[in-house]
Amino acid sequence: MDRLSLLVLVPVITMVVIALFKEPKKVRIIAAVGMAVQLIQILFLLVAFFAERGAGNTSEMLFVTDVVWYKSLNIHYAVGIDGVSLSLILLTGVVIFTGVFASWEIEDRTQEFFITLILLATGVFGFFISLDLFTMFMFYELAVIPMYLLIGIWGSGPKEYSAMKLTLMLMGASALLLVGILGIYFNSAPGGGPLTFNFIEISKITIPAAAQYFFFPLTFVGFGVLAALYPFHTWSPDGHASAPTAVSMLHAGVLMKLGGYGALRIAVMLMPEAAQGMAWFFIILATIGSLYGALGAIAQKDLKYINAYSSVSHLGFILFASLMFNQVAYEGAVLQMISHGLITALFFALIGMIYARTHTRNINEMGGIMKVMPVLGVAYMIAGFASLGLPGFSAFVAEMTIFVGAFQNNDMFVRVATILVVSSIVVTAVYILRAAGIMLYGQIKNKEFELLPDARWYDKVAVFILVGVITGMGMFPGWLAEMIFAGLTPMFERMAN
Amino acid sequence: MPTELFSTTVWIPIALLLAFAVVGLFGHKMKPVVAGGISTAAILLAMVISYSTAYFYFFSDGLVEGKYVMLVPFLHEWLRFTDTLSIDMGILLDPISVMMMVVVTTVSSMVHIYSFGYMKGEKGFQRYFAFLSLFSFAMMGLVLAVNLFQMYIFWELVGVSSFLLIGFYYQKPAAVAASKKAFIVTRFADLGFLLGILLLSYFTRTFDFPTLMDPGGTAISSMAGLSFMGVSTLTWALVLIFMGGAGKSAMFPLHIWLPDAMEGPTPVSALIHAATMVVAGVYLVARLFGLYAMGAPGALEVVAFIGAFTSLFAAVIAVTQTDIKRILAFSTMSQIGYMMLALGVSGYGGEEGLGFTASMFHLFTHAMFKALLFLGAGAIIHAVHSNNMGDMGGLRKYLPVTHIMFLIAALAISGIPPFAGFFSKDEILAAAWANNQLYFWTEWFVAGLTAFYMFRLYFSVFWGANRTYEHQPHEAPASMLFALVFLGLASAVVGFIPFSAFVTADGVPFQTHMHLNIAIPSVAIGIVGIAIAAWMYMRPGTVADRLATAMPGLYKLSLKKFYIDELYLWVTHTIIFKGISAPIAWFDRHVVDGSMNGIAWVTAQVAEKTKKMQSGQLQHYGYAMVLGAVAFVLLLLYWGAR
Amino acid sequence: MIEGIGVFDILVVSTAMFFIGIYGFLVRKNLITILMSVELVLNAVNINFVVFNKYLYPDLLQGYMFSLFAIGIAAAEAAVAIAIILNVYRQMKGIDVEHVDTMKY
Repeated sequence: MDRLSLLVLVPVITMVVIALFKEPKKVRIIAAVGMAVQLIQILFLLVAFFAERGAGNTSEMLFVTDVVWYKSLNIHYAVGIDGVSLSLILLTGVVIFTGVFASWEIEDRTQEFFITLILLATGVFGFFISLDLFTMFMFYELAVIPMYLLIGIWGSGPKEYSAMKLTLMLMGASALLLVGILGIYFNSAPGGGPLTFNFIEISKITIPAAAQYFFFPLTFVGFGVLAALYPFHTWSPDGHASAPTAVSMLHAGVLMKLGGYGALRIAVMLMPEAAQGMAWFFIILATIGSLYGALGAIAQKDLKYINAYSSVSHLGFILFASLMFNQVAYEGAVLQMISHGLITALFFALIGMIYARTHTRNINEMGGIMKVMPVLGVAYMIAGFASLGLPGFSAFVAEMTIFVGAFQNNDMFVRVATILVVSSIVVTAVYILRAAGIMLYGQIKNKEFELLPDARWYDKVAVFILVGVITGMGMFPGWLAEMIFAGLTPMFERMAN
Repeated sequence: MPTELFSTTVWIPIALLLAFAVVGLFGHKMKPVVAGGISTAAILLAMVISYSTAYFYFFSDGLVEGKYVMLVPFLHEWLRFTDTLSIDMGILLDPISVMMMVVVTTVSSMVHIYSFGYMKGEKGFQRYFAFLSLFSFAMMGLVLAVNLFQMYIFWELVGVSSFLLIGFYYQKPAAVAASKKAFIVTRFADLGFLLGILLLSYFTRTFDFPTLMDPGGTAISSMAGLSFMGVSTLTWALVLIFMGGAGKSAMFPLHIWLPDAMEGPTPVSALIHAATMVVAGVYLVARLFGLYAMGAPGALEVVAFIGAFTSLFAAVIAVTQTDIKRILAFSTMSQIGYMMLALGVSGYGGEEGLGFTASMFHLFTHAMFKALLFLGAGAIIHAVHSNNMGDMGGLRKYLPVTHIMFLIAALAISGIPPFAGFFSKDEILAAAWANNQLYFWTEWFVAGLTAFYMFRLYFSVFWGANRTYEHQPHEAPASMLFALVFLGLASAVVGFIPFSAFVTADGVPFQTHMHLNIAIPSVAIGIVGIAIAAWMYMRPGTVADRLATAMPGLYKLSLKKFYIDELYLWVTHTIIFKGISAPIAWFDRHVVDGSMNGIAWVTAQVAEKTKKMQSGQLQHYGYAMVLGAVAFVLLLLYWGAR
Repeated sequence: MIEGIGVFDILVVSTAMFFIGIYGFLVRKNLITILMSVELVLNAVNINFVVFNKYLYPDLLQGYMFSLFAIGIAAAEAAVAIAIILNVYRQMKGIDVEHVDTMKY
């Protein structure tokens, strides 16, 4: 068994073991242990990756395994990682591990919950290690479907409606995506020869322009819906609002990054000509998304809605950066995926914890939370500062990289768009501080809140790990940025030529 | 030798950051004194290092061939963007940064010591000191920045520590609102700063100050000839950067946060909102002065105009305010306006560069006497538990030391010799005279106003009506008095430093002399201002009230701060919130999401209509089958026959 | 084969039976009648098998065999169908096809 397939295998084994036990206590511990093993093996993978690079292995993808799976269509089970996918795997490992702790209080059908949750994570891990578009798509679907169950069964509020909406919109997107992927596949050998699904191979050839112009928008929109591309973002506020804590964390933190990763790696990098030709249109959408999400967030009252609109805004940055045709901006896009993943996971974890105590998410009904729950309050402020791009936290690094990269385009249209996107960071400050000011500070509005407990040990595990990683990435971004930049180089160079 | 010596400066930020981390993480488990002690030890260490650095820089190692040079004792690449663009963390020593080091560590140390007395028994004492350490760390990082982006990073960090300290009393709604306002207004200004950096770096291909400021370098020539809307790109970039500086330094029209920021604890107002952070904007312009002076005189004109206007504007408002901290806040704005003006009218080298030197000089002296004023105000507030001038009077009997120190500071800010403010203000007025006499006469008038409102404050608080107080006001504890006396001495003597021998725009020292033709009228108007204030406020009387009723319009306008706050409130609340944000939220729910739901609805409706066809009655299907078969056969016959 | 009757006449009869069966199948609402109609259709087909076998391939027996097979199937089918009808009757208190709609929509 190669080490990358272990990334899929460990969650599967965890699921099997969970299936053998019924008591919530045991189930939680097994899930935590399984995901801890997963996280540790990811860290080992990171070390191995650097060792391999340090030893002078310059091949584009490391730890490659390639097995023919279905011969007549040339479908392979091909896995491999580079700096980009490894960084996202790291993100996923952290978020799922903390997600288990954030769902410690789930008592209803605990066993099924954790199995479904880990199934989702399995799909994500599989997606990021895949080199073959077909298996990639398969893992993508594997990650999306459990959402329906997780929201529909363990959600709150209008959960059936939200679950249905989310699933239908994402399925609609994946229909577009499937057409796009098949289009890429059937154009993967313009000079004759066997067709291939392997995107590294595809990036070495040039897909005919006519095909690019047809399939690029399909693929980009297909992935874009998952990354909350305006105007296909509306599943996200409802979905997040209804989803249980860990699901929101995983979904906003990781699943939406599948969209960003795909839009960048598959849509833009495999079909650069069409991407360049149609960039103006999608740049407009991404710019609208980032400003519109931020402005929309100001008017929200529900914490989860605020955060969902904030995600629309921040994922707008990713989509915007992926259309800049500049390696620095691309690096920024990947950094932003990681940074936003961590920050939004922290946000949703905290919102879940606060909600579990106050039983309301309406900021106007809260007040003075900082006094009763100092740990959660401080963590919320940290998440807020991180989200508004304060130096020392990860988002600053990501956003500045995007802005510097985007500013390298000496084109009036792109420059104006960049300035608009940059200006949304001011709006971010407004909605973050508004929510924090109303909810955390001031006098306690509800007398009953005075007795609420602060974070429990499992809450602290989740919160401290996330805060630590966000701060660590914000203070020492160099190695990560370099790893991502190096990972982008081969495909970017082929694309630029 | 110098570099090795100066590399100890790297311990300044490290010590302060460590103090922040230790006190911030574990402070709540410590005794308050221990937490405060750790922070204070760190800042005192920083002060010692700063003083020794200043000594060695100015007197032995900084001067190379008759010119103060830029030294970079520490440099670390933090984040690389492209081959030439990277964010470096480092330490840059040149006259202004060394001067600022001294200012920041001195005032900060005094504020730390003072706070032991002032904040005694406050809940959150440890948190307070943690934030002070964070602020000092960020401010030192800003001052010592070697790279424009490093400056931006610490610029944001001082902003956030200011936010945290203004909102220190987080259960008080006014404090929360003020902290939010301060952060958002400066954040908006920083948007300009960031765009300016991006624009500048796109053309110059560097963020590094030594490369940017190199007189023989390519920074300016790389942008020559580029223009946008008739104004050169360099000017645009520098005006945008100045926007950031204007936000931090509370220049009109981005000044609205500063008066409200007085909701924070008073020592914080002294440190952040009087002496150090608010002059960061001046420091920023001074830092990039080479670019301003040589590449974009247009941008300097903007700086000068904004500075002059703000100094007048703020002084007019200060005349009618009644909250003592707000008077001081407007006075701070006014004095920073002086500094900006001085930079704006300055040339680059030699006597031409007098404005630059004057500006830095005024920054230095102002830090001392304004910190003193605030700390004195803190002692007053500590004694009478009120910010309102109306609640005070006759305090000179109860607070003798504070009274003397406050008087020194008031004389210094009014430009009365031999106190510090006189010398720096004199140089500023001389520079203004040499450039544009309109500016000179404006600032001359403002000097009079300054003397008037400062002594209005002084007389109302320490003289005026003898009140009976519920609690007998008592003199401040020793820790507070120590800080007051230290800064009082500084305010009295620092004016004698021959600043132009150390701090000049191009690094080459020159000699200045007294400008008697300037000094005499400026001292004269100062004395006139003091005299009017004494006439109006020294004894209880009705002169002031009669004056106010005589000019109701002007009085109201000044009291209401020219309604700028209301204007902002209207813009943010009515335009942005009600006019943009709420409609967007509505639009998103009803139009964008509505169209998605609409698609779902149409699908459901179509299904609803068509499901009737699937009746479940086999006979209906049979009909359809038979009719279909018949139709098919008929068609085949028809086509076959042709 | 009965002498004197032409193949044409027999086919007319079987066609008539077939369409009567179809007609009955489509319009009658009574399950028993529908079953009878189906039997008519089946028997019309049986007649055709026999006739065509006789006239086209007199040497072979497939047609006969097939019609015998169909008769057997029809018997089994009638048994099953009547069993269903009886159960429907018990459940629905009637054997009108349009009333059997509990699972509809």
